[in-house]
Amino acid sequence: METVRVGSVEEFEPLPAKKVVKVAGEEVGVFRLDDGFYAWRNNCPHQGGPVCQGRIYNRVLETLDAGRRSLGRRYDEERVNIVCPWHGLEYDIRTGRHPGNDGMALEPVAVQVQDGEVYVSL
Amino acid sequence: MDAVIRNAGAMPVQEMGTETDTRDYLAHARAHARKAGYADWTIVDIDAHHVETVHWHEIIDYIEDPVLRHQATMYQKERIGAPPYGLNGDLGLRYQDVGGRIPHQSSRREKVDEPGVHLDVALTRRAMEALCVDYMVLFPTPMLFIGMHPQVEMEAVLSHAYNRWLAENVLSAEDGILSLAVLPFNSPDAACRTVEEFGANPNIIGFTVTSTRYKPVHANEYMRLYRMIEETGKPIAFHAGYHWQDPSLATCNSFLGMHALGFVWCNLVHMTNWILNGIPERFPKLNSLWVESGLSWVPFLMQRLDDQYLMRQSEAPLLTKMPSDYMRESCFYTCQPLEKSSEVGLKATLEMINAETQLLYASDWPHFDFDAPRAIYDIPFLTEDQKRNILGRNAARLFNLPKKDRARKAA
Repeated sequence: METVRVGSVEEFEPLPAKKVVKVAGEEVGVFRLDDGFYAWRNNCPHQGGPVCQGRIYNRVLETLDAGRRSLGRRYDEERVNIVCPWHGLEYDIRTGRHPGNDGMALEPVAVQVQDGEVYVSL
Repeated sequence: MDAVIRNAGAMPVQEMGTETDTRDYLAHARAHARKAGYADWTIVDIDAHHVETVHWHEIIDYIEDPVLRHQATMYQKERIGAPPYGLNGDLGLRYQDVGGRIPHQSSRREKVDEPGVHLDVALTRRAMEALCVDYMVLFPTPMLFIGMHPQVEMEAVLSHAYNRWLAENVLSAEDGILSLAVLPFNSPDAACRTVEEFGANPNIIGFTVTSTRYKPVHANEYMRLYRMIEETGKPIAFHAGYHWQDPSLATCNSFLGMHALGFVWCNLVHMTNWILNGIPERFPKLNSLWVESGLSWVPFLMQRLDDQYLMRQSEAPLLTKMPSDYMRESCFYTCQPLEKSSEVGLKATLEMINAETQLLYASDWPHFDFDAPRAIYDIPFLTEDQKRNILGRNAARLFNLPKKDRARKAA
């Protein structure tokens, strides 16, 4: 396993922030949310798209009232997704999982912060 | 922590957008092509798209009627905030990009600095390079709605202008950029004229009916057209589309639901009429190609028609075998969008349509549900021979396409 420096913590601002890097031919997306860093391989399990090079969207929810009637959609302020730019598949940046299919998930990469620097290990 | 060896290199494209170069956008497809060794494969993309309305100011110059051409010129020159002259469509109901999540669907504003090369040629070449295809067959995009045009004559006028513009400015056998002429199907005589005009053009490899329309494909007025197309030796294609204003589809409140049904519904209806009225019996050498409805509708319709046909054969007296036999023998299908959430379902589908000979690869690039060649390559139960047939050989046979230069593709 090789550990490489991705950048300083300050480079990951404003939140949510990301940086997509290439290490020995492997592409990795490193994300910073308000509770820490996450890293995933830049490979969508759907068709191999460059998922980490997509845009970041908050998860969409639908609100129902007490009578189960729809009140429309809204953004979830906590859960943040990365969206594959090829076909739009979304993955929770914290869990790597597709919000509608637990069996579809990104491949994790170990990430850590030390002395203000961000590292990934492949 | 272990000793840090080096810094990671940042990828040149951090976020794909509408200005991203097609080759960067599809870099993963190109990497897969190298790994799979596609330079040695014949790959034919039967359905890719360009946005013809970007060039509408060029296309209107090909309108034959001098009065309409003048009107179109004035409209394009002076009208502000209006859609392209004379073109019907769904105006702002174009949510394919899922609110900006899929930028390549919205537009390709990448830098193209190739003097003397038409923009659509440059963009198509880039997509072909990235997907490693030998031939790419272009279809229009907004014009897929033209079968719903309230002015039958205008469908013919605009289709003719588009076909001529495309043939003279974009298509190139040398590049492998081909197309199927758009038939103004609501005007059978004009459709026949299209066959007369483009039947011998080597870059026009067939004829397209944009499927979103309310015309019965078995009407007697079309028999001359089918005979003429059969005599060219080229296929007739039914390219699916949607029509959200269709009363049934208007009950769908999401693009997801409307699109999932709409792109199948039109071809379900046309195929039913095509088969039950014995068009394959009347024109046994006329091949039909069913484009962009995916595949899962085909086994459904095969089973449905077979079941009903056995009980009501007297209503389809031209048939000498089961409906599914015609659908498997005289009909060809493009794969995209390949429904692959169930391997069991996909395997049954490919067996039922006899994919080894009847299925053709299509990317639908640059649309949101495009399929790269690996959509076929990664199917676990297909042999390499079957994959090669689907990705290119079947199309080469159907369209009689010559082999391309291997060296250029490998470069």
